[in-house]
Amino acid sequence: MTAVATHAPLPLLLQLADSALVLGQRNAEWCGHGPVLEEDIALANISLDLIGQARLLYQHAAAVQGEGATEDALAYFRDPNQFRNYTLLELPHHGPLAPGAAADRDYAFTIARNFLYGQFMALYWEALCTSADPQLAAIAAKSAKEVRYHLRHASDWLVKLGDGTALSQARMQRALDALMPYTQEFWTVTDAEAEAAADATGVDPRSLRAAWDEAVDAWLREATLTRPSDAGHLTRGKEGRHSEHLSYLLAEMQGLARQHPGATW
Amino acid sequence: MSQALEAARAALREVTDPEIPVVTIEELGILRELREDAGGVEVVITPTYSGCPAMDQIEDDVRAALARAGLQGRVSTRLAPAWTTDWITPAAREKLRAYGIAPPSHCAEGAKPLRFMPPRAQVAVACPRCGSTNTTEISRFGSTACKSLHRCLDCLEPFDHFKPY
Repeated sequence: MTAVATHAPLPLLLQLADSALVLGQRNAEWCGHGPVLEEDIALANISLDLIGQARLLYQHAAAVQGEGATEDALAYFRDPNQFRNYTLLELPHHGPLAPGAAADRDYAFTIARNFLYGQFMALYWEALCTSADPQLAAIAAKSAKEVRYHLRHASDWLVKLGDGTALSQARMQRALDALMPYTQEFWTVTDAEAEAAADATGVDPRSLRAAWDEAVDAWLREATLTRPSDAGHLTRGKEGRHSEHLSYLLAEMQGLARQHPGATW
Repeated sequence: MSQALEAARAALREVTDPEIPVVTIEELGILRELREDAGGVEVVITPTYSGCPAMDQIEDDVRAALARAGLQGRVSTRLAPAWTTDWITPAAREKLRAYGIAPPSHCAEGAKPLRFMPPRAQVAVACPRCGSTNTTEISRFGSTACKSLHRCLDCLEPFDHFKPY
């Protein structure tokens, strides 16, 4: 394998890859269960993009890591404490269930998460388009286009549900209230992020916060929703400290590969 | 251009998109470069969407087309610059329309709408059947990653729109 030229720190590549994979897997849980057919298709399409991004990032990470690493080994044979996704992304599709929510999934929760995270990643990918890591910059350019489209989907529904009926507004607000504390993790800086910001392969996430705040506030006003406080427990998924939900998600996703190592279709 | 490259180019004109068989990968801008070295012909392609399931099929189709033409060759993937619908040729746009898919409008050069501040003006998509711009979007996500779903309010037919990307 040829040596990879300038590259972002491996933990940062895994943070981006794991985040894309875990959210892709979560959103794919709506496949066959969407509230309407169009939404079923929309969430499946968004998951396809996210899993596609994860593949590109894992391929790059595997080349950086060397030692025979592969995208499949990174996705299927690492344990929860080795995953570096934001905790926000591994949560099931409900917080405290609102009256009227389906038994185990609340679409408002799905939309709120995709909105808060999509708005963040639109800025993050945009910043990485000029990364000193040429492969990461190329992946960022593709991902930036895709996340903008995902964000339009989430923003539209945020407004439709927020500025909708009393029930849809209450559920949307409740989802936001539950999720907002998890966005604190966007603004913490891991060692890998600090290193990447210093050598221009990455970005200091705190530099994105003003733009994120402005955009989130504008959409929440349009959706007639109230911006909740983000005060609460500070999660550290980026450093491998996860909620119990990630184990269940990975168990389902990795089960086949681990029971039949090396299996091919 | 060498004979092998010319033969490869001719062979690749037969390779169409697996999901939109009226246009070739060259017309869609997926075929980025053809080059030749001691190992034979190298076909450089670029993915459309990161998760487009047709990409593996396209790679297989390219290999099969080279083999049919009796050529040694390989396929490689290039990510940058990122694929855009602006690379779809005018002739291919017309083929899409005739096939019933409204072709994409051009993406503004360098436009990077980071924040989608409401409200946003919708660009009217012309119905590929009757040409009316009195149409409405049914869903941002259509039958494939690259299409959205619309309906014509004049001829009342639903239709796919190749999203500007």
